[in-house]
Amino acid sequence: MTASTELQAVLGKPWRKPPLIRSRALRWALGVGFVVYLILAISTIPVDWGRVYEGLDRGWQFITAFARPDFTSRSTDIWTGLEESIVMTVAASVVGIAISIPIGLGAARNIAPLPVYLICRSIIAVSRALQEIIVAILLVAIFGFGPLAGFLTLSFATIGFLSKLLAEEIESMDRSQSEAVRATGARWGQWINYGVQPQVMPRLIGLSMYRIDINFRESAILGLVGAGGIGATLNTAFDRYEYDTAAAILILIIVIVMALEYLSGVIRARVQ
Amino acid sequence: MLHWFGWLIGVAVFVYCWLRISEATTWFFVQDAPRIAGDIWTRATPPRWEYVTQLGKPIWDTLNIATLGTLIALCLAVPVAFLAARNTTPSAYFIRPLALLIIVATRSINSLIWALLLIAIIGPGVLAGVVAIAIRSIGFCAKLLYEAIEEIDRSQVEAITATGASRWQVMAYGIVPQILPAFAGIAVFRWDINIRESTVLGLVGAGGIGLQLSSSLNVLAWPQVSLILLVILFAVVISEWVSAKVRGAII
Repeated sequence: MTASTELQAVLGKPWRKPPLIRSRALRWALGVGFVVYLILAISTIPVDWGRVYEGLDRGWQFITAFARPDFTSRSTDIWTGLEESIVMTVAASVVGIAISIPIGLGAARNIAPLPVYLICRSIIAVSRALQEIIVAILLVAIFGFGPLAGFLTLSFATIGFLSKLLAEEIESMDRSQSEAVRATGARWGQWINYGVQPQVMPRLIGLSMYRIDINFRESAILGLVGAGGIGATLNTAFDRYEYDTAAAILILIIVIVMALEYLSGVIRARVQ
Repeated sequence: MLHWFGWLIGVAVFVYCWLRISEATTWFFVQDAPRIAGDIWTRATPPRWEYVTQLGKPIWDTLNIATLGTLIALCLAVPVAFLAARNTTPSAYFIRPLALLIIVATRSINSLIWALLLIAIIGPGVLAGVVAIAIRSIGFCAKLLYEAIEEIDRSQVEAITATGASRWQVMAYGIVPQILPAFAGIAVFRWDINIRESTVLGLVGAGGIGLQLSSSLNVLAWPQVSLILLVILFAVVISEWVSAKVRGAII
């Protein structure tokens, strides 16, 4: 008997990391099922390697285009598109946030009566289930091309996002504070204003900032379906294989998103 | 005083934005909108149910785009997250900013734009969709994951370091078990989002059910459009349910 096995005999089995899923059968079934799925999934994806090989050259062109982005030759298109995106973002965020506050109040079970709660919750559910781009397609069909459809899409999407999170915040608030205000004989408006609003305000500001950020990112693609913004210009640039212009637009989007993220970080740090 | 000035500027900016939108709008079409909406509604109902037999393959493709895209994204996000987290990055001055740049750049560009780009590079089809979803998800997963890494309990890592474990052993026994639940949660959360995003990738030609949607829209086959929208809604609700169940089981 060697030293190590002797030691094992004394100490029993060596320690092993416990597995994530305790049942051995379930572990194997999940593993095998996963591998089978992967094989099936990968085998049904058609890949034209010749096309990919041809495209590599274009991919390289695109990457090098980032080193020399072309802001000038399509500058009017870029600036009008970008301005339209920003305008849509600002207007839709303001309107969306303004509408989501009453809907968020209505969707909080602890302050809203049941019928109001159900109506507000169903508005939230519809808004969250429909994707921005699908809403945009429908609204473009109804209201015609242009930033109005984009503005309405973003406002609608903001309602689903913000009202849901606001309602959750209200539902999990500290009850004693709002009860104290109510005990002073405050009316409903006063109760909301002094008992509820101060508790959820920092979170509401943080979420609104985050949503502005999302709205800007979304506004960049609404142009693909004709709802205004920089997306149309970007699409044209890709269609014409003008990668230097496309790179310029993408750089601008990234810079604006980074700036917004930084700004929202600063504002959130100040209100919390 | 300053407070009111701030509000004044805010209102002015909003009014300016609204005027710009209003300027670019053909108000005649807007007045006509209720009639158009009613018209679309009568055309779109009832949905063309028998078309559902042709949606099996597109839905399967959509599922694959979302799942494979998420898997690739997770594989790529793990190293990026370790490079970005303050407590595991090899260099806080050179590598961390680079990792953060990757996170911001992949996150700020929508999957549809990635898809447009990839279609130009590797041609239309499911593969472009998978890669687009993968690239788009790296930033999201890596961001949440590096925040989880930065929040780990340091005493456990120190305990393992104290046993004389190597760098990799510290990783495997000190850090990974602590972030594994967060990792699984992020994976399922992103998968759910990716199902939503992959349903529309076909609009730009990247495969999945969006392809059917765009071809039906192009020929104004509204009964098919309404059926596809119902199928997408169903898929989204199912994926949200699965994601909620799995996350409930993990956390």
